Formats: sequence, structure tokens, C-alpha cells
Amino acid sequence: MKILIVEDDEEAAKFLIKGFGEAGHNPIHAADGETGLHLAKTEDFDVLILDRMLPKLDGLSLLKQVRAEDNHTPALILSALGAVDDRVEGLRSGGDDYLTKPYAFSELLARVEVLAKRTGNDDSETTLKVGELELDRLSREVSREGQKILLQPREFRLLAYLMKNAGTVVTRTMLLEKVWDYHFDPQTNVIDVHISRLRGKIDKDFDEPMLLTIRGAGYKLQEPEKAG
Amino acid sequence: MLSKLSSLLRVTAVRLSIIYTVIFGVLAIGIVFYMTGATVNVLREQYQASIDNEVTGLARIYRRGGVNQLIRTLDRRARAPGANLYVVTNPQGQIIAGNVPQMQRGIMRKIGWTKRAFRYQRFDDQSDTEHRAIARVLEVPNGMRILVGRDVSEYEDITKIVGGGFKLALGTMVALGLLTWFFVGRGALKRIDQVSKSSQRIMGGDKSERLPVTGSNDEFDRLSENLNTMLDQINHLDDGVKQMSDNIAHDLKTPITRLRNKAEEAFSLEKKPEEQQEKIADIIDDCDSIVKTFDALLMISRVESGSTVAKLEPLKASDILTDVYELYEALVEDDGKHLTIELSLPDNLMIKGNRELLSQAISNLIDNAIKYGGERISLVGTHASDTLEISVIDNGAGIQEEDRTRVVERFVRLDKSRNKSGNGLGLSLVKAICDIHKASLRLDDNQPGLIVSMKIPVMDQ
Repeated sequence: MKILIVEDDEEAAKFLIKGFGEAGHNPIHAADGETGLHLAKTEDFDVLILDRMLPKLDGLSLLKQVRAEDNHTPALILSALGAVDDRVEGLRSGGDDYLTKPYAFSELLARVEVLAKRTGNDDSETTLKVGELELDRLSREVSREGQKILLQPREFRLLAYLMKNAGTVVTRTMLLEKVWDYHFDPQTNVIDVHISRLRGKIDKDFDEPMLLTIRGAGYKLQEPEKAG
Repeated sequence: MLSKLSSLLRVTAVRLSIIYTVIFGVLAIGIVFYMTGATVNVLREQYQASIDNEVTGLARIYRRGGVNQLIRTLDRRARAPGANLYVVTNPQGQIIAGNVPQMQRGIMRKIGWTKRAFRYQRFDDQSDTEHRAIARVLEVPNGMRILVGRDVSEYEDITKIVGGGFKLALGTMVALGLLTWFFVGRGALKRIDQVSKSSQRIMGGDKSERLPVTGSNDEFDRLSENLNTMLDQINHLDDGVKQMSDNIAHDLKTPITRLRNKAEEAFSLEKKPEEQQEKIADIIDDCDSIVKTFDALLMISRVESGSTVAKLEPLKASDILTDVYELYEALVEDDGKHLTIELSLPDNLMIKGNRELLSQAISNLIDNAIKYGGERISLVGTHASDTLEISVIDNGAGIQEEDRTRVVERFVRLDKSRNKSGNGLGLSLVKAICDIHKASLRLDDNQPGLIVSMKIPVMDQ
């Protein structure tokens, strides 16, 4: 996918371009806000990655101008400012996600891939299906290969999020943000326990695991056939 | 001397008193002049009226008895003690009768009232003292002129006395004024000099120096007291900053040193790629924990400096507690411990707060209980009149009473916890979050174990 990276720090930009290139994407770099705005307006991108503080035009103003033209390309804001208010301001300016520096590349990659997938895919779908795993948002029923699985409300939301982003890596922080709506970092890995409980319910009685742990990144839910 | 005078003149109190003195002086001069002028006029009018009377009387005598009778009468009157002035001249202008041997020239030439007081000498006065008088001159038909006058030294004396008294009073006033300016101004200048000197010492780095307070409770004292309180506060903040930078130096440099050591080790492991990978993963973990420490520090200092960190909005108290409970419950169970939640509060109890921050505070407390507490942990929410009390209770070793205040400070880690992960900022952050919410934070003994409770004001229902 085609990604616009607006980042003024040369080292950081190089690191991102290399990383996204290796992940099989097509990153385009702009070193200042004005160039970034010009590119965002004239070319089609799958995702915009905007540094908040940029020369000539800051990231939030850039994004506001892009959104003013009815351009809804998903945008992720990178910032050294991490307080609750900073995040809220970033999202209010039209950002779809907000990541505080310094970040792990795996975190950024996972978020960008989830953002890119989201276009044209919203929460209004009442049923989700990944392979033989089915989830019904209305009846709140989950089944795998026709066998009913009983889930706690939070487990249900966790699975729904994983299924919506099936095939894509999601990080612990993303789960904490999207499923629990917490943006702080609990000192202990609370998410792991919830994942292992969910895994106990959806994978335990079946031969092929669907919920995989991706080392150094997070988790991925996928159809068993692909697991190979 | 001159510079001292000019600095004295710059003192507000002195300038004000000078202005008052001048205004008062001008007014006083005006009043005295008016009063003496009025008194003199009244006296002069009385004198003139009595002279007029006498002239009328003399005219009657002249009409009845002629010149001889008139001169005889005048002669007799002139000899009476304390008499008025009488002069009779013949048509040639020579004095032929009266009680004035000599007087200012030309007085007899003009008929009517003398324009102003004139000098004369008296027969009955042997000394050479000059006297002054006003008089009326009239002419009888045969060409003789008669002067009837009255000594005015009496009212001129009044003018002199009043004028003298006035000069004395004015002099005293100016002298007293100068003295007052000097003392008031010097007092004020002295206080200001003391304050300036103290300020200079403070600016020079003596942080314990304070502005002088005399105990008179005057405006200088009040100003000094306020400034001293301000200095105390600044010192307190300054100490905080100093402690903070010491902390940063120690608690961030130590892990960075560790990080560097590990990086060097990893560098030397190029022939053992697997070990190198492991080392590098370790380095990344260390980086993350440094960033966490840094974020926590930033957050605490932003809260403490009063710059807003988060908006407060109405929140349902029970939701906050159950959400955090739900996040941790599985983890604690997996750890072989128990986390319970006990809520005794109305379902719709609302508080004004920030969900994110309050959840983080509770999460920090539960995290502490998992790390340092026993195997039973309770999250308790109770409602008492106008507060919501959120407590995290464990049955572990607890914290000694003397350490309970200290553990809230930044980077303070008790000895028994040093070997466990953590940055010593958890409780400091909880305290900061409590401060944002105008909540109190209390550490108590659970016998055994620790109770940490936050008392948050609830919203009016």
C-alpha cells in the first residue's frame, strides 16, 4: 500500500522508509508540512503518517486542510506530546490514530496496516466470519465449526476486534486502546492473560490454532489453513 | 548630602507632606491677610467716625462762638491726656495752636481726609519717637485751617503683632515640616534600603535571607511578610526542581548507563548472533522502561506545575472501578492470587474526573498490590456523604508508618522492593492524579497489609 510519511527528522524518516519498504509497502517521504500537504492533495494514499511538529506547516494544520477537501485517507499522528489532552486534540483534528514517540516500529506498522484496512469497513457489519469462526453482534453469539462458544462481554469485544482485523497483526497497546479504551500503559502485561483466556475458548478444542502470538509485535487472528 | 536630599525628596510620604505644607501655608497666609485687613478697616472706620463727630461738634462751636471760641475749645481739648491731634494754622500756613509741634509736610494743604497715615511729633512726648496718625483737614471761612486727627499706632500695632505671630507660626510650621519630612523620609528610606539590601543578598544566592519585619505591622511589614511567604514558596518549588534534577540525574542516568553497557556487550557479541539478538532485545526493553519513567516524570511535573493535563468530565463512579477490576481480575487469578471488588455506592454516583487518569491511578495501586502485597487484593468503592472513597487493600507486608509519607515522593523505593521492576514513580503519579481531582490520598495499616485510599469529591446529585 502507498503510505505518505511526513517527517522532518532525516534519520527517523530513513528508518521508516526502510521499515515500510521491507514490509512490502510503498512509502513516500516529505520533509516538511507544505510538501506533505501538496502530496496529500495531489496523490492517492492508503495511509498518511504525520509528525505533529513539522517545519513550515505543522501536522495538525496539514491534516485539517486535507480533511477540509473531503479527503478521508486514514491518518496517524506521531508526536512527542503524550498527555491525554494532546491525544484528544490530535484526534479532533481529523486523526484516526495517535502514537507517541518513541515507538516500536512493529507498533507503527501494525497500526498503519489496521488503518489501511479500515477504509470501507465499519462497525455496522452485524456478523463477522473468519474461516469457520463466526460472530454475531446482534445475538452476541460466537461459534466455531458450528460449536457454540460462551464468552464474557469483554472477551466478546476482544474477539470482535481481532476478527475485524483478521490477518493483520494487532499490538497489546492497540487492544488496550480499542477494547478497553485505556491509553495508559499498565506496568504488567494484563492483555496477555485475556488473550490466553480467549484462546482457551476458541482454540483449545480444535486442532489448528487461529489466534497466534507474533513475537515482538502482538497477536494475529487468521484462518487455520493459512497457518500452514 | 545633595544626593541624600534628592533621595529624600523622592520618598512619597515626604513629597505628599511638602505638598500639604505648601497648600496649608498659602491658605494660612490668605486667612491672616484677610483677617488683619478686615480688623484694620473696622478700626479705621471707627476712628474716622469719631473724628467726623468731633468735626461736626467743632463746626457747631465755631458757628456759635466764632474763631476765638473754636481755638479756645481746641486748646483745651488738646491739653487733655490722650487727646486727639489738633492743629490750627493761619491762612499763611503757620501753626498757631494745637498739640502737634511738627508733622509731615504738606498735610495741611489738602482739605479733607489724609490719604494715608502721616508722621508727627507730640508735645507731651519728650522722646523722639515718631507717631503716625490719620486726620481730617477743614478750612474755616477766614482762611484758617483746622486739623483733627487720631493716632493710629494702636491698630498698626495690631498689624505688627499679627504679622509677627504669623511669621513665627509659619517659621515653626516650615521647621516642623522639614523635621517631619526628614524623619518620615529617613524612616521610609531606611526600610526601603533594608529591603533592597535583603533583595540583593537573595539575588546574590543567599536563599535563606528574608526581608526585615519590624513587628510594627505597618504597610512595610505587611509587604515584607507577603514577599517572605512568596520567597518561601519559591524556595519550596526550587527545592522540588533541584530534587527533581538530582533524581533525573540518578534515576535516568543509571538505566542509561546500564543500557550503554549492554549495547557495548552486544557489540562484542558479533560472533554469537543468537546471544547478540537476546542482548539487543534486552536493550529495547530497557529503552522502553526509560521512556516510561520519563513519561511519568513529565506527567507528574505537568500536574504539579498546574498546567492542565486533562479535562474533567462527569463520570459514573461504578464504571471506573468495574472496568479496571475487569482488566486485572484475570491477571491476578493467573498469578494464584485473588482480586475482589466490593462496591457499596449508589449505581448512579457521579464524580467529576478524567476516566483515563483515574483508571491509571487505580491500575497503579493494583499493580503495586500485585508486586508488593499479599495474595488477597480488594478494590473497594464506598460512598460517604460527599465523597467517593476508592481503596486498594492487600494483606501483604504493608508499609511501616514512618515510610508512608516518603513512598509518595518521586523515585522513592523501599529497600525490600529494590529488586523488583518499577521506577518509584507509581505512587507519585497517583498523588498527582489525586491532586488534579482535588482528592486526598491516604496510606493505612490493614493489619497485616496496606490500605491505599483516594477520597474524591462527588458531584451534586
